Order: sequence, then structure tokens, then C-alpha cells
Amino acid sequence: MIEGILIGLSTALTLQNIFMVMIGCFFGTIIGMLPGLGPMTAIALMIPITYGFDPATGLILMAGVYYGAVFGGSTSSILLNAPGVPGTVATSFDGYPMAQQGKAGKALAIAAWSSFAGGTFSAIYLLFLAPSLSKVSLSFRSPDYFALMILGLTAIAAFSSKGQFLKAMMMVVLGLMLASVGQDSLSDITRFTFDNMNLTDGISFVLVVMATFAMSEALTIILKRNDPTAAAKQVSLTELGSIKIDKEDRKKMYKTIPRSSVIGFLIGVLPGAGATIASFLAYGMERNLVNDDEKQKFGKGSVNGLSAPETANNAACSGSFVPMLTLGIPGSGTTAVMLGALLGFGVQPGPRLYMTNPEIFWSIIMSMYIGMVILLILNLPLIPYIARILAVPKNYLIPLILFFSITGIYVMSFNNFDIYLMIGIAVVATFLRLYDFPMPPLILAFVLGGLMEENLRRSLLLSNGSWEFLWDRTLTLCILLTTAFIVIWHIYKTFVKKN
Amino acid sequence: MNINTTKVISLLFFIFSVFYLYTAYQIQVFAFDENAPFNAKTFPIYLGYAGLFFSGLKLILPDPETIKVEHKSLEYKKTAILIIIAIIYGATILKIGYFLTTSFFLFGSYYFLGERRWILMFLLSFPFVAAFMYLLHGVLEIYLRDPFLQFIGVMG
Repeated sequence: MIEGILIGLSTALTLQNIFMVMIGCFFGTIIGMLPGLGPMTAIALMIPITYGFDPATGLILMAGVYYGAVFGGSTSSILLNAPGVPGTVATSFDGYPMAQQGKAGKALAIAAWSSFAGGTFSAIYLLFLAPSLSKVSLSFRSPDYFALMILGLTAIAAFSSKGQFLKAMMMVVLGLMLASVGQDSLSDITRFTFDNMNLTDGISFVLVVMATFAMSEALTIILKRNDPTAAAKQVSLTELGSIKIDKEDRKKMYKTIPRSSVIGFLIGVLPGAGATIASFLAYGMERNLVNDDEKQKFGKGSVNGLSAPETANNAACSGSFVPMLTLGIPGSGTTAVMLGALLGFGVQPGPRLYMTNPEIFWSIIMSMYIGMVILLILNLPLIPYIARILAVPKNYLIPLILFFSITGIYVMSFNNFDIYLMIGIAVVATFLRLYDFPMPPLILAFVLGGLMEENLRRSLLLSNGSWEFLWDRTLTLCILLTTAFIVIWHIYKTFVKKN
Repeated sequence: MNINTTKVISLLFFIFSVFYLYTAYQIQVFAFDENAPFNAKTFPIYLGYAGLFFSGLKLILPDPETIKVEHKSLEYKKTAILIIIAIIYGATILKIGYFLTTSFFLFGSYYFLGERRWILMFLLSFPFVAAFMYLLHGVLEIYLRDPFLQFIGVMG
């Protein structure tokens, strides 16, 4: 492992990669601060830029964007009570009241230090856990992978659907259907191409991500007359106050951070759960663990109440890399985008990644930590200035998002058809978003579609067409029973809510 | 009578799934593969049934949280204009080239979204695209086809 860490450090600490992390953190912070534009949009917009780099550098850039976006979301939660991403909603419960008391600088400092500490702890957990899990996952067989993918898709549908589970499952099926377009990987038979040569190779992953996130986000902002930059304009006007954290508050954080990082990391590892659930759980757990005096301060500017969700959401971000790196199955929409990008580079994440491409495996882990340090050094003092950059009017922001989306597709294929297809998918996605059909399940399903079919094919061929493989192995059966429980529970809840 | 749009979308998805399933059954597989435990149409067929199942359930089950969208408050005109501009952009990019079409696309989008600061609009279109092209083409070595720039001799 020491050798791996050194490989990772030597890759991550090159001048180019440090610069990439800085760019990523900076860009991610800007996008994350804009309500509605989260990490997935930020990463999607970065994909075309990564084409020119090697896989490690590309992924380091995207990881920087991810952390930056989460931190940017915390900033708008604290200063404006307008969370940029769902994972930072819990941050606003105590961060915003603190800012209203004239302690915005202190609140930002607590958030930054907590994020840093959460990220540091989880990077350490990841460092030790990922290689061991990789070894364990080598014993996984096709039926287990197939069952795990179904569980991942069901879980993300359950957690991202805001009570609209069936809508999310429809998006999962739609994502799988889109992934089935093009040549069958084994027989080369074309499917759903309708004799259109442009569809023979299937629909590009970047196209679907750009259409469903970046482009559809831009169209939704115009359609709903939202102005994501309006909130950001107020940030520069806010008096931030001192960013010093006194001794008493530091003591409180010393207790909160370790326990919140554990819960954040563990929730992040679970497929589909992610930063939002981690931050809410950590907030709730912290409220139960503190003494009665401190409990009274929750919701009114508690240091523990701010530190806990901030630690947990950053720890969950690192945790969500575990299933992607060790099993090749992303646990969240954001890591699904990263997985798609890696596949585009010709790198197949999974148990063998750290044997076949150790420089990628370890440099991702090490660059996460470097990203945390850079976030802390750069962002905290620079927040008021970053906020001023954000005062770009909506009239410029939207065309620029569209421009990056279309350019991303153009440089990939030099094909008009792909641009039309992207516009078509974006229009449908915008309409579906209006009615709360979630997009992350669609992306995750699209990324996993090919792998899922491959594993089902292997399982069925090995069992000679019998479906017994679903209950032959205890592991497969346990995973499928969990999946069945999630599905039945959510359908049951639909009845209960109505009655 | 109020029509629940979510149910309409579910119905459309149900119809789409029927069409998908029909097309999946029409996939021509090799003769020796026809009776294999798994062939090119097996997975799509399951997907078609899954689509029918979930959209069917959404149609039948009660909708606990009906989403109501105020259509009058939505900005359809500007959205439609942006989409049309994007389509025109897609239609002309190969013939005219990246630089001119992208610059005009940006300039036009700023204008239709209500911007009137001409100098800023210009700076954030033509010079901005030129700088971005330099980054992609010159620094990152990502090839950008541009007949216009080739014609005037700027690009090789």
C-alpha cells in the first residue's frame, strides 16, 4: 500500500495535476454556489476539457470540481439560506442563523474546517478500505454483480425521488432503454437504430449527461424564470465578519467531526444514499448526542449543528467513490458521470483497477486529500471574490452553459445528428423535470445498462437459461431481497400516503 | 375535468414501452442464436416489460403528491427561441465552421435573452470563442474543423 500511496502522490503532486485540482475546486465552487446547478452539471461541463488529458489528470480535475461544488453549496446555504446542492440543506439549519447574527465569516470557517476534516478522515478510511474491498470484490461473480446493479438502481431511485419512487423507476427504465440503442456487444446486431447509421455505435454517454443536466438545467432556468445568479449577487454585499474560531467552538468540533465523518463515509458507501442523507443523519445524530444546553441552540446557530452536516457531506462524497473504484458500480449520480468519463478514457473501474492502473486508483485517492487542502487554502479567503464573479447576469450564464454543452458534443463526433439528438433529449428532460421526474437515476441506469446486460448474459448462459442463479448464491439472494424490500416498501408507502 | 399531467406522462411512457417492446421482438438475431438462453433481444424484452410494469403501476396507483405547474408563469417564448437557435447552430456548424457559428450563436442568445450591452455581448462571443478555440485546438490539441478559418488562411 505504501508503494501505491507513493505512486498516487507522485501522480497527484505533479505541477499540472495540482493546477487541475485548483481549477476544478475554483470552478466547482462557482457552479456549486448557484442554486440549481450542482456537482453533476459542473462535472458534465468539464468533460470536454478532460478529453485533452490523460485519465488520471482528467479524473483529478473532476474530483476537484466535485468537492468545490459541495463547498460552494455550503457557502450559499450559510450566507443566503439557499442551498446550491441538496447535500447542503442541513448546513443552512444552523449556518444561516449564525450568519444572521453577524458571524457569517465564522460560520464559513467552521464549514470549511469541518469539510476539510471530514474529507481528511474519509480519505484515510478510503485509503485503507478500498484496496481491501477490491480484494473482497474479486470473489463476486456475475449474478452478484447483476443483483448489485439492480440494488444500486433501486436505491438511487428510492433516495432521489422525493417520495415519487415510481417516477424514478420509470427514469431508470428509460436510462436502460437509451443504453440499449446501438450494436449488441456480443453479436454486433444493431438494435433500435431504425437504419440510422449515426445510432450504430449507440448514444454517447457525454451526450446524455450534457442533455439531461447542463442543457436541460439551462432551459429549465429560462422556462421557470429563475435567476440563479440573483442569490449570488447578494453574497458580495454581505458583511462576513471574522473567520476566527475560538477555543470553545474548536472543542465542540473536535467531538463532532470524528463521529460525523464515520456516519458520512458509511452512508456515502451505500449505493444511492449520498451526501444529502448523510448530512441529515449526522445532524440528527449530533442533536441526540449533545447535552441539553447545546440541544437548545440547534436551529439557532449551533456550532455542532453546523459542523456535523458539513463533515458528513464531504465524508459521503469520498465514500461514494468506494463502490465505483472497487466494484465498478457507481453509488451516486455524480460518480456515475465520473464512471462514464473513465469508460470514455478506456479505463474500466472495478476490482482490478488498482492492479491494472494503480496510478489512476491511487492518484484519485491522493488527489482527494490534496483537493481538500486546496479548498481550505484557496476558498475560505477568496469567497467574497468568487461571489463577485458569480454576479454574471443570467443572460450570459445560460448561453455559456448551452455553448459548453454543444461544444462538448461537437468536439466528440463532428456530427450534426448528435447535436439534434442532444437538443431533443434536453427538451424531453426539461419537460420531465417540470413534473419532478428525477434525472440521476436515468444517468446511473444509462451508465450501468451495458454492464448489467453483460452480467445477465453471463449468468443466464452459465445456468443454461435457468433463473436459479438469482437464489443459488446467498450473497445474490441477500442483495435481491434487499432490493425487493425497497420496491415493496415504496409502493406500500404510496398507498399509506393517499389514505 | 382536471387532467393529471403526471398520469398523462405515465400513459405516454406506457405507450412508448409497448412500442419499444414490439421493436425488441422484431430484432433479427442469428438463426443459431434464436433459441439460446440469451441473445440480442433478451435484455430489451425484459426492459420493455419493466417499462410497462412501472408506468402501468403509476397509472393505476393513486398519486399522493400531484405536481401542479403554473403554465402561465412559464417563459415558453424565450425557451423556444433558444432551442431554435441551438438547432440552427447545429445545422450550420459543419458548413460554416466552429468559430463563426458559435460566435453568432452566443451573440444571438444574449440578444434574445434581453441583453443589450453590445460591447460586452461582442467580447463574450467573438473574442471569447477565439480564446476558447485556442485553448482546445492550440493547447489541448483537440481538433476543431473550421472551413471558414481555413478559407481565410487562419487555420491549416
